[in-house]
Formats: sequence, structure tokens, C-alpha cells
Amino acid sequence: MYISANAVCVDFPIYSFTGNRSLKKNLISLATGGRVARDASDRVTIRALNNVCFELFPGDRVGLLGHNGSGKSTLLKVLAGIFEPTQGELEVSGRVCSMLSITTGLDYDSSGLENIYLRGILMGLSKTTIDSMVDDIVDFADLGDFINFPMRTYSSGMSMRLAFAIATSTNPDIILMDEWLSAGDSGFAEKANNRLSSMVERSNITVIASHNPDLIQAQCNRVITLEHGEITSNERVG
Amino acid sequence: MSSSRNALQIRESIKDLEKGLACFRIWHALAFQEIKQRYRRSVIGPFWITISTGIFVSTMGPLYSALFGRGSSDYLQHLAVSFILWNFISSAINESCNTFMSSEGYIKNFKLPMSLHVFRTLLRNVYILVHNLAIIFIVLAIFPPENFNTIWLVTFTSAVLLLNLFWISLILAVLCARYRDIAQIVSNLMTLLFFVTPVLWSVEMLGARGRFFTELNPLYHFIESVRAPLLGKPISELSLVVCLVSTIVLAAFAIILFGRARQRIPYWL
Repeated sequence: MYISANAVCVDFPIYSFTGNRSLKKNLISLATGGRVARDASDRVTIRALNNVCFELFPGDRVGLLGHNGSGKSTLLKVLAGIFEPTQGELEVSGRVCSMLSITTGLDYDSSGLENIYLRGILMGLSKTTIDSMVDDIVDFADLGDFINFPMRTYSSGMSMRLAFAIATSTNPDIILMDEWLSAGDSGFAEKANNRLSSMVERSNITVIASHNPDLIQAQCNRVITLEHGEITSNERVG
Repeated sequence: MSSSRNALQIRESIKDLEKGLACFRIWHALAFQEIKQRYRRSVIGPFWITISTGIFVSTMGPLYSALFGRGSSDYLQHLAVSFILWNFISSAINESCNTFMSSEGYIKNFKLPMSLHVFRTLLRNVYILVHNLAIIFIVLAIFPPENFNTIWLVTFTSAVLLLNLFWISLILAVLCARYRDIAQIVSNLMTLLFFVTPVLWSVEMLGARGRFFTELNPLYHFIESVRAPLLGKPISELSLVVCLVSTIVLAAFAIILFGRARQRIPYWL
């Protein structure tokens, strides 16, 4: 189980951008976001990740630090296999669980129980696997009879509890997270924290993007700092 | 260098299609979910599809058979089959244009084969077609065709039709994700094609010249290849050849295009 990134670049093309040249030049000096550039066919692109190199091994708990627009989320999406690098090579070996948007794929007109199956199928699980997980998810979400009600009758906290319970129900090798996940009221949040911590402990590699230094100190043994899509520091901590 | 890159892209393209096909459970679940969502809380649910087609056929049938001066049993058979096939083909083509845009949430959050979304859109339209098949059964039960000798051919020609539609969907889905005007062009073209394709009328009503132009329209051959054997008529060799050749040509084009574009699709959304 490892992740290896070698000179990974990600360029987002901006097709709707037809501003004049001087405006393009001004954009290049912007304080946040990736570098604005022009590709071979003179289109405006944003380089969200530039020449990113690192290797992660089992046991690594990586905190991604950086300002807004520094490329943290883009890097997570690249690791999740959603964006393929425009240049460079990326190798990811192991079962990846991306917890970047845990509510995607939930249907608010279906019941909580139906949603467990729907989301499970989307995560690529077989029906028997989902069957074996359902009790654990239902118990943990602790929604009582509401589990059989359409999700549109849930409060936002209840929806998050269910989404959280589903997302944390597997045993992946690699976990990708954008900020530490939490859900529910204070009582539930503590339970959720324990469940997520134990999931992270069981995993081989975890990558968390966060703005919270305390969290990174508590959870991570490596910190990678990004700025304008480039790695400015990559160090072991703790 | 560039030829090996092309070969790699084609391999990746085929791999994605295989993986997409293997995820049958996912695209079935999503397609089914979408139909359920569309008719949520409706008492009759998706059978509204059947009812609205039924009303259309039973009203327009007698009217147009009088207008065209044709026997109503003949014409009703023709209309029911043609209209239902046309609806299937045109909505599969029209909806394929929005395939990747409407799947943006899934594409940007799950690592799924890109072709899965194309399969899903087509399957959703197949499910709608299945609801309409009831009308074809009813019409053919009331006005049976002269013979059922060629009915076995329908399975084969519908499979060819599905293949053709899949490749067209894949091509349009990719092109429309990158060039957003194409969806508009396609929907205008499909409206026009409804009138110039023999759906409401049939080729026999045309002279040689009109027939020549109709035969240039591949959609005519797609419909004819399923309609003729269903109604106990011989399929013209031309229609069969057009359907088979277009499957191969479209497949080749779609696989190459998809190979070149596949990785770029999430960036276009």
C-alpha cells in the first residue's frame, strides 16, 4: 500500500474566459489560487497543482496545510482518482475511501434505509456486503423509526448522522478527507469522533486537508504544506 | 511516440467501457432511481408513460389514417410501433447530450468508469420504452399483423439498434460536455427529423424521389429494422446493411473519441 506522486501537475482549462490580455496578465499576480497560465493553444488555464512530488507509505497520517486555493482539495481529488494529472505520474495502490462529499448520491425522497443501499452500491459494494453492514450503520446513526422515513423528513443534523454512519462503515486502506468529519449534536459528535478515529487507525494511509493546526498535531505524523499548488514543505512531525 | 499514445488511449477507452459495463448494478440502480424520482408520489407512477402514449396513438391513429386515406388497422400498427420507437430513439439521443453534465455530482465525488453514465442514460430510456411496449402488445393484439414469421429477427435488430444508440450516446455525451452548443443543435435536429422520418407517414406514400431522400436518413433504417419484422414484413437489405455498417463505424469513432477525451471530461464540467 503506497501513494507515489511524481511531478504531478493539474491544469484547469477556463473555457468561458474571454477577457483581454491585460486582464489575463493581472490575474497572474493574484494572491490566492493556482497560477494562471496559457497552454499551447493559447487558452487560459489555471495550474492548480505544479510539480507535486511525494511518497506515502503505510502508517503515514498526512495533514495537508495551505491557504484557500492552495490546491489541497484538488490534490485530494487527484488522489481519489477523480482528476487524472495533466502531467506527471501518480500511483495509488490500495482501496481508497474518499470522504470528500459524504452526502453525494443520497436521495432525499428515499428512506434512510434505501439510501444506505444506494450509497453502498455507489461505493462499489455488493448487496451481501451492504446487508452485513446495515445493522451497524442503523445502530450508529441512531435515528429510531426515522430510518424508514424519507430523508426529506430529516433535519440537517440527522441527514449528516446517516451520511457519516455510511461513510465510516467500511475498512479502507487509504482514507482521504477534507477537514475532520463531524456530525450531530455534542453527544453524537463525541461518538462520531471515536468512530472516525478508529477508522483512521485501522487504515494504512490517511490524508486530511485542514486549516486546524491542533487537529493536524493530534492526528498526523506528516505535514505537507501547499502554496499556489506547489509543495513548500514536507516534513515528519510528532 | 504518437501512435503508441493513440494505442494506449484506445486501450484505456475499451477498458473504461468494459469496467462501465461490469458496473451494471450501479447504472441499473441509478436509472431505476431516476424513474422513481420522476414519478414520486404519483398514484399511477411510471404508467403515465404508457397512458400518454396510449392516448396519443388512439387519437392520432384514426385521424391520420383518415387524412392519409389508409385502412385504420394498417395505419394504427404502423403508428404505434413507429411512434414508440421514435420516442425511444429521440429521447435517448437528446438526453445523451446532458449525460456528463447531469452526472457532475457523481463524477466529481466517486471514482467510477466514465462510460457508466452513458449506460445509465440509455438504460433509463430502455425502462421507459418497456412501459410503452404494453401499447404495442395491445395494438398488435387488436390488429394482428399478417404473419409472425419474422418476429425472431426483432431481438437481433433491436440489439443492433441499442448498440447504435449506445455509440451515438457516447459520442454526443463527450462532444456536448466540451462544446455546450451541440446539445441545442441536436435537439433542433431531432425535432426536424421527427417530420422527415417516416413515423407519422410511411415510405410507401412517397414517390421514388422522396423515397431516395428518406433512405439517406439513418434513423429511418434504425426504425425500419425493428418495425418491419415486428409487423411481419421483410426487412430491406439496405436497412440491415445501414444498421450494421453504422454500428461498426460509430463504434470505431466513439472508441477513438472517448479515448482522447475520457480523462479530460471531469475538467470540462
